[in-house]
Amino acid sequence: MTKANPAIEVSGLHKSFGRTHALAGLDLNVEAGEVHGFLGPNGAGKSTTIRVLLGLLRADAGAARILGRAPWADAVEVHRRIAYVPGDVTLWRNLSGGEVIDLLGRLRGGSLDARRRAELIERFELDPTKKGRTYSKGNRQKVALVAAFASDVDLLILDEPTSGLDPLMEEVFQRCIREARDRGRTVLLSSHILSEVEELCDRVSIIRKGVTVESGSLADLRHLTRTSVTAELAGPPGGLARLPGVHDLDIQGHRVRLQVDTDKLDAVLRSLSESGVRSLTSTPPTLEELFLRHYQEDLADADADAREGAVAR
Amino acid sequence: MTTSTDTGGARTAFAARSGGSRQLDGTGTLLRFALRRDRVMLPIWVAVTGLMVLSMPNSLKSLYGTAAERADLMTQMTTNSSLRALIGPVFDDSLGALTAWRVGVYAGALAAVMSLLVVIRHTRDEEESGRQELVASGMVGRRASLTSALLTAAVANAVLALLVAAGLAGQGAAGALAFGLGIAGVGMVFATMAAVVAQLTESARLARGLTAGVLGAAFVLRAAGDASENEGSSFLTWVSPLGWLENERSFADERWWVLLLFVGAALVQGAVAYELAGRRDVGMSFLPTRPGPASGRLRTAGALAWRLQRGSVLGWSIGFFLAGVVYGGLADGVADFVGDNEGAREIFERMGGSSALTNAFLASMIGMLGLIAALYIVSAVLRLHGEETSGRAEPVLAGAVGRLRWAAGHLAVAFGGSAWIMLLAGLGFAAGHGKDIGPILGACLVQVAGVWVIGGAAVLLYGVAPRAAIAAWGLAGAVLLIGWIGPALKAPQAVLNLSPFGHLPKLPGGGMEWAPVLSLLGVAVVLVAGGLVGVRRRDVTS
Repeated sequence: MTKANPAIEVSGLHKSFGRTHALAGLDLNVEAGEVHGFLGPNGAGKSTTIRVLLGLLRADAGAARILGRAPWADAVEVHRRIAYVPGDVTLWRNLSGGEVIDLLGRLRGGSLDARRRAELIERFELDPTKKGRTYSKGNRQKVALVAAFASDVDLLILDEPTSGLDPLMEEVFQRCIREARDRGRTVLLSSHILSEVEELCDRVSIIRKGVTVESGSLADLRHLTRTSVTAELAGPPGGLARLPGVHDLDIQGHRVRLQVDTDKLDAVLRSLSESGVRSLTSTPPTLEELFLRHYQEDLADADADAREGAVAR
Repeated sequence: MTTSTDTGGARTAFAARSGGSRQLDGTGTLLRFALRRDRVMLPIWVAVTGLMVLSMPNSLKSLYGTAAERADLMTQMTTNSSLRALIGPVFDDSLGALTAWRVGVYAGALAAVMSLLVVIRHTRDEEESGRQELVASGMVGRRASLTSALLTAAVANAVLALLVAAGLAGQGAAGALAFGLGIAGVGMVFATMAAVVAQLTESARLARGLTAGVLGAAFVLRAAGDASENEGSSFLTWVSPLGWLENERSFADERWWVLLLFVGAALVQGAVAYELAGRRDVGMSFLPTRPGPASGRLRTAGALAWRLQRGSVLGWSIGFFLAGVVYGGLADGVADFVGDNEGAREIFERMGGSSALTNAFLASMIGMLGLIAALYIVSAVLRLHGEETSGRAEPVLAGAVGRLRWAAGHLAVAFGGSAWIMLLAGLGFAAGHGKDIGPILGACLVQVAGVWVIGGAAVLLYGVAPRAAIAAWGLAGAVLLIGWIGPALKAPQAVLNLSPFGHLPKLPGGGMEWAPVLSLLGVAVVLVAGGLVGVRRRDVTS
């Protein structure tokens, strides 16, 4: 696969369930060979998007291509090159973990590499002889993860795959993702664990209420948000309040704390150095802040709705 | 001072040994919750069982109108071991006593099935699904769940007992009360037995199967006992709770003390269940789950479907073969008896067909198994629904497996399996009857056309309206009702024709008619095809 062929191309995707508009014109582009983070609050439409990409749901409108094919019409062909780990893994009660791993591998159209399978079972510390009903949530996820990582596929689609894993297993998981990228695999990683996304992903898409609100590399996205600056100056600061892009300015004597839109940082630093800088800390925005901004919009909307509701009553 | 501390310590130690104090906290809340969850299922069970009992006096009156005819029936019964095995001995020739004779075993069995389903649903099912943990983390005592499950069954059985006692009071109040209590007694014996079995197995499906197996054994023991003795005095009859019900002799100088057997058995089994429950952890069981292979040989979605359903196919196969052997073996003896009674002969002819009574009996029994096979096919087809809604279908469909291929695996087990169990029933009938293997096998296989129509309807519902897929059970239930009770109630042919089974030729004995059989097969094919189109086109639900 070449860079010219994106692994996933989705534009203007719509999907409704009854009156719920789960996807309202969602866009998603995943380049071949990248690890792409897929973020959004609960109910934003992440799993719905993934299930459309897997051909389990039929989109109402919009275009979707996966590995260059149509997800609904070419489902079986596409699935030969995909491994999927659902967010909520349910297993057959009376099949052992090992049986399920082998079955899922074969259903992808080829046998698993036995050495790799054994190695993954060892790394994830999974007991493959236990029956499905006796596994904990984390162990059920390990079963699906081993089956996915042991498969020779082009694209891994992982829907919140680590929600039940302990920190040690989380480490193992991150190493497996990096190995997959090193071998040229593409990964779509839907996750709530922002540190994980920051650690692993080349690019991220943030969705909210079925629409993509941010998409790009982490560096690009950081550019769009505010940097916190704390400085101790030699003399009184002047003119900071007039500068564009400065927020939450707090001046106490010679101490200054402020937030600034990252693309306006330069002017602020110049203004500070005019007063003589004794110490300076500048914190780049975290993904969490980026993400919370969209959460907070949701919360604000919810508050407004609640207030309207109260008035109506 | 010292003394009081000591007793306090002793109390704590006792509390720790017996699983903590306030063990019944929350029982009331859980009971109300259970009754709310079962607000549809329990009334249906109670109503169907009750109506079956209450409709019997009239139906018997039309068959055996005069006292002389009833006395005749009673003498015949004491000499015919086949019919005694099928139904039980007659103790008196009043309408009440004949009602208790005719439906006692079956009403008791229905109460038993209802009770075991309720208890396992609220105990092992809850633990297996993990919901029990959520409940147990609240202000809920250690014994509250089991207690509320047993109380739910007790409420249902008590209502059934009242319904029977009130409805049959016209035949004699004492007999009606004894009969109602007896049916409820059978129910509670199997409720407490289910409570014991639920402690043993980790899977609710297995717990249901094992308890139902005990019920089947109780039926067989009673039948064997009644075949050998004509007044229920055989040891084998006394071993079976269904035998106790008959030996209670409702409407025939009731033996009230037999009710103590039900009470005693329920108390002992209940105590065992509580004792076992107190000795294990939530979610664990006494029969441990064995580890499985570390690597598997399942290669295809079809192999997975077979693996998931093979246990059920095995169970149904054994049941159908044995039923065939038993009923086949009874055929000649029953015909001897029915030949003497004009009304009963009419019934058998309406149910089954020709004047050859043995054939008519075989035809009606084979038809009954055909109706029951409709239940099998619905349960097998709805496995697709279960796999889909539980999320287990998703990883399979995310593999290189087309939806039709995935569905085909389960449908092959459902449709092939129903033909297979009818074939085994036929072999059983032929073995028990000892002759006519060709006509009997043919009669059994003809039923498959009707079974497949019901299966096709289930596929259509599942494919086109997955939310309503469960309605396929209602369809199978309606067909069962029409086929089972319709002829006895002299329902018009138009009603009987609503069921696909109403169109089948009456075999053995009648002539083979290909046209209706082929049309039914055609209908089945269309229904399945329609359902599969739906499966291909719709969203996978989650």
